[in-house]
Amino acid sequence: MTPKSNALLAGLKNHDPRAIGRAISAVENNTAEAAALLSALDRDLIDNVLVLGITGPPGAGKSTLTSSLIRRLREQKKRVGIIAVDPSSPISGGAILGDRIRMMEHALDPDVVVRSMATRGRLGGLCASAGAAVRIMAASGCEVILIETVGVGQSEMDIVRLADITLMVLAPGFGDDIQAMKAGLLEVADFLVVNKSDMAGAEALCMDMEQIFSAKEEESEIKRVLQTVATENMGISTLLDSVDRFAHYITANGIKEKRRDKALDAETIDWVIEMLRPKFIQTMTECSEKSDPRVRAQELINTFKLQ
Amino acid sequence: MTTQQTPYRVLIGKPGLDGHDRGAKFIARALRDEGFEVIYTGIRRTAAEIAATAIQEDVDVVGLSSLSGAHLRLFPEVVRELKDRGGADIPVLGGGVIPDEDIELLLKEGLNAIFTSGTPADTIIQSFTTASQQHRDHDAQK
Amino acid sequence: MSTNKKHSDWQENELSTSLNRFPERKEEFTLHGDTEIPRLALPENINDDYLEHLGFPGQYPYTRGVQPTMYRGRFWTMRQYAGFSTASESNKRYRYLLDQGTTGLSVAFDLPTQIGYDSDDPMSLGEVGKVGVAIDTLADMEALFADIPLDKISTSMTINSPAIVLLAMYIVVAEKQGVPADKLRGTIQNDVLKEYVARGTYIFPPKPSLGLITDIFQWCSSNMPLFNTISISGYHIREAGSTAAQEVAFTLANGITYVQTAIEAGLEVDHFAKRLAFFFNASSNLLEEIAKFRAARRLWARIMKNRFEAKTPASMMMRFHAQTAGSSLAAKQIDNNIVRVTIQALAAVLGGTQSLHTNSRDEALSLPTEDSVRTALRTQQIIAHESGVADTVDPFAGSYYIEQLTDAIELAAEELIAKIEQSGGVVACIEDGFIKRQIEQAAYDYQKQIESGERVIVGVNAFQIDEEEKPELLRVDPMVEEAQVNSLQNVRKQRDEPEVQSRLAALKETAESDTNLMEPIIDAVRAYASIGEICSVLRGIFGEYRD
Repeated sequence: MTPKSNALLAGLKNHDPRAIGRAISAVENNTAEAAALLSALDRDLIDNVLVLGITGPPGAGKSTLTSSLIRRLREQKKRVGIIAVDPSSPISGGAILGDRIRMMEHALDPDVVVRSMATRGRLGGLCASAGAAVRIMAASGCEVILIETVGVGQSEMDIVRLADITLMVLAPGFGDDIQAMKAGLLEVADFLVVNKSDMAGAEALCMDMEQIFSAKEEESEIKRVLQTVATENMGISTLLDSVDRFAHYITANGIKEKRRDKALDAETIDWVIEMLRPKFIQTMTECSEKSDPRVRAQELINTFKLQ
Repeated sequence: MTTQQTPYRVLIGKPGLDGHDRGAKFIARALRDEGFEVIYTGIRRTAAEIAATAIQEDVDVVGLSSLSGAHLRLFPEVVRELKDRGGADIPVLGGGVIPDEDIELLLKEGLNAIFTSGTPADTIIQSFTTASQQHRDHDAQK
Repeated sequence: MSTNKKHSDWQENELSTSLNRFPERKEEFTLHGDTEIPRLALPENINDDYLEHLGFPGQYPYTRGVQPTMYRGRFWTMRQYAGFSTASESNKRYRYLLDQGTTGLSVAFDLPTQIGYDSDDPMSLGEVGKVGVAIDTLADMEALFADIPLDKISTSMTINSPAIVLLAMYIVVAEKQGVPADKLRGTIQNDVLKEYVARGTYIFPPKPSLGLITDIFQWCSSNMPLFNTISISGYHIREAGSTAAQEVAFTLANGITYVQTAIEAGLEVDHFAKRLAFFFNASSNLLEEIAKFRAARRLWARIMKNRFEAKTPASMMMRFHAQTAGSSLAAKQIDNNIVRVTIQALAAVLGGTQSLHTNSRDEALSLPTEDSVRTALRTQQIIAHESGVADTVDPFAGSYYIEQLTDAIELAAEELIAKIEQSGGVVACIEDGFIKRQIEQAAYDYQKQIESGERVIVGVNAFQIDEEEKPELLRVDPMVEEAQVNSLQNVRKQRDEPEVQSRLAALKETAESDTNLMEPIIDAVRAYASIGEICSVLRGIFGEYRD
């Protein structure tokens, strides 16, 4: 541990915003301090944190819902972390991280820790370092961490891996999008939140969704399709109560642990790829095989004696 | 533009009550097109909110916009709030409807650069890039 | 037929020869928003049914103007927006303008007042008296209009979210002058919908804000028949970067929402619609602007007649105020701005505006000096008296290009309005960001063109000079904020505090019910309750809008 990483660690324990911010940057940018820092984090805090993933198509009101959830969690005196993810431009590599705007009411609350992150080239809807950021926030005392993602079609699988519980947010009027999504995410989401439920079509949407979620509801005896009107703070308490009950349920019968193990494995592989990528790119030019990608890949692997 | 290193992070915000965000939004997008990660905090923010957000997000630069004439009061306040929160090293740039004679005052109060209306976007982006680079270099040395 | 043949002959011969000698200045000539500008508009490009399509001035669909004689009867009102620092300073400026020939007052309020904060509120720090006059209580309003007879002038107040409070104050000031409310003439902007997408001085969420607006419509239609209760604004939408067609579309869509809301509240369209006014931008593309105003007028008339089934002509007539485009003012070589404003003012006049504000040359730097303001006013007077354009009605009618463009803008606006309707209406499109995104994209495209040099702004990205003269600028005295805060605290000391509290309590009760809030607010204002105190009560009940 360097003095720098020691200082950051101390800062995390003190809930110092600057330290938290810098620690997350360190793991995001994979600096020298990152590895030391991550291995020194308090494992109990990480084990006990609840990670909620919030995903869904644009326009469903995710940001507003997130803000309402934060408000309610704060009323319950919980220390909350939020990771808001926005897509990086594939052309410039830059990003507008605009989810923050809806959370500015919490800007001066020391127990709301927000970090905006860009996907930085990843297609999975989340950035590579979201997992590490979650652990940093947990180590700084956050009891519940909300991750709000980009929400475009099939690419939310990352969130499901990373979160303990995944909320999918829809709103009436998204008919076509829902059809497209049925194949993937709906099956893995834990809760379906019908936001803007004061709009026409909400009932019909709920009924559709209840069909899909009926097996899960039966199994856990918890209602999984819920209605909210985030702009009016309606349905938020019920949602949090259900999430809470579900959290106990998955902890009690080992589901949470299994999910975490799976996530750990998946993230490890991600990191292996991330770390090897620059080396492979560098070495690629030296490959004798020029045309077939699969053959070339095998050659690269052989070069690194990974067989 | 950052190719090898990780993207620079900047915060763009409007302190005070002024609601004209056309310029701020354009700069935010232009910065994004140059590879910056831009945290846009919108209008009607207090200096404290802007500073707290900048610290949380660990930005390299803070950019402020004001068209209501309140810059002399509000821009230095953001600098102060950053300092109070341990972010004295984060450079602050400002732009908007700002008469030339206020520029020196603002620079004395700790602003890094000021852009009056009509300044080409390229000039502004160059300033952000330079300030970000300096901030990163300074960080690396610590 | 024969024109067509002559046209292709011309293209093959004279035009071709010319293009071979030297090409046109640009590959493509487009308006902002990418509409192609024709090299040459021709008779066949326009609808030649004069009566149906254009009509006569003062007759449906009002394409040529809302009044039969237009400026031959009366010039447009020369109404210069003004107001800064304290009420007494503003009062001096108003009396100066009235002496110089201005025919109506237009009040600018500072941001704290516009957003319902008292001058001593922490949110008001640094903002008091900067972009307009600070009004905390009735005492400030009394100072603002001291020695100005409210029965003799008309006053336009640029106030939106807390318009009901300022209107109440205006009524009480008049009352104290002995002028009854039914004699008062003027306008309150009172257009909250555009605040959410373009101007930013919102307080409460859309639904309760629409409720306040309906309260004003209702109360004024019975008690203040000469007062315009809303100025549905496109100016700010355009300033935020929209195209001309978007300016028309979003403004009229907002108008539709207000009319709809009022009807749902039980008001009869022909009772309140004649008091609706509009406010547009007068931008730099002279010909596009003229077409825009004519298109807006015709489209609104058709909407009022067909959709809302208005019966009285007055309900279908779009009367509007225009302001030259603030965002076009350059901070370099500022005398050039006088020329810009002249062209923009000309556009508004040729477009048939009822009243006009011309910007001053130094406004990209700060609030205008007295000299600059006088020149801006003279610009209007020279157009009126020396240019001849006011001596005939709608002189550009029949121009192939203008009529073609009028039709095109009307069509584009109509389509955009339909899209908004299909997406659930204006409030839904505000909440999901559709309107904002449209404006932002247009703004971005425009700015990119400036940055690349494709769009020339003289003195700014072309024809620059090295040494700029430093102009004399107006500086707002920094002591203004302190003085205003002291003044407010004095009023608080001297007023009947229990009375104020009881009026605020009564207001709270009424606001929780469905009753019209005008009377309780007038009562509160009379007791010298402050704007911050009143808005605080309402914030507690309606909530605050957050972006």
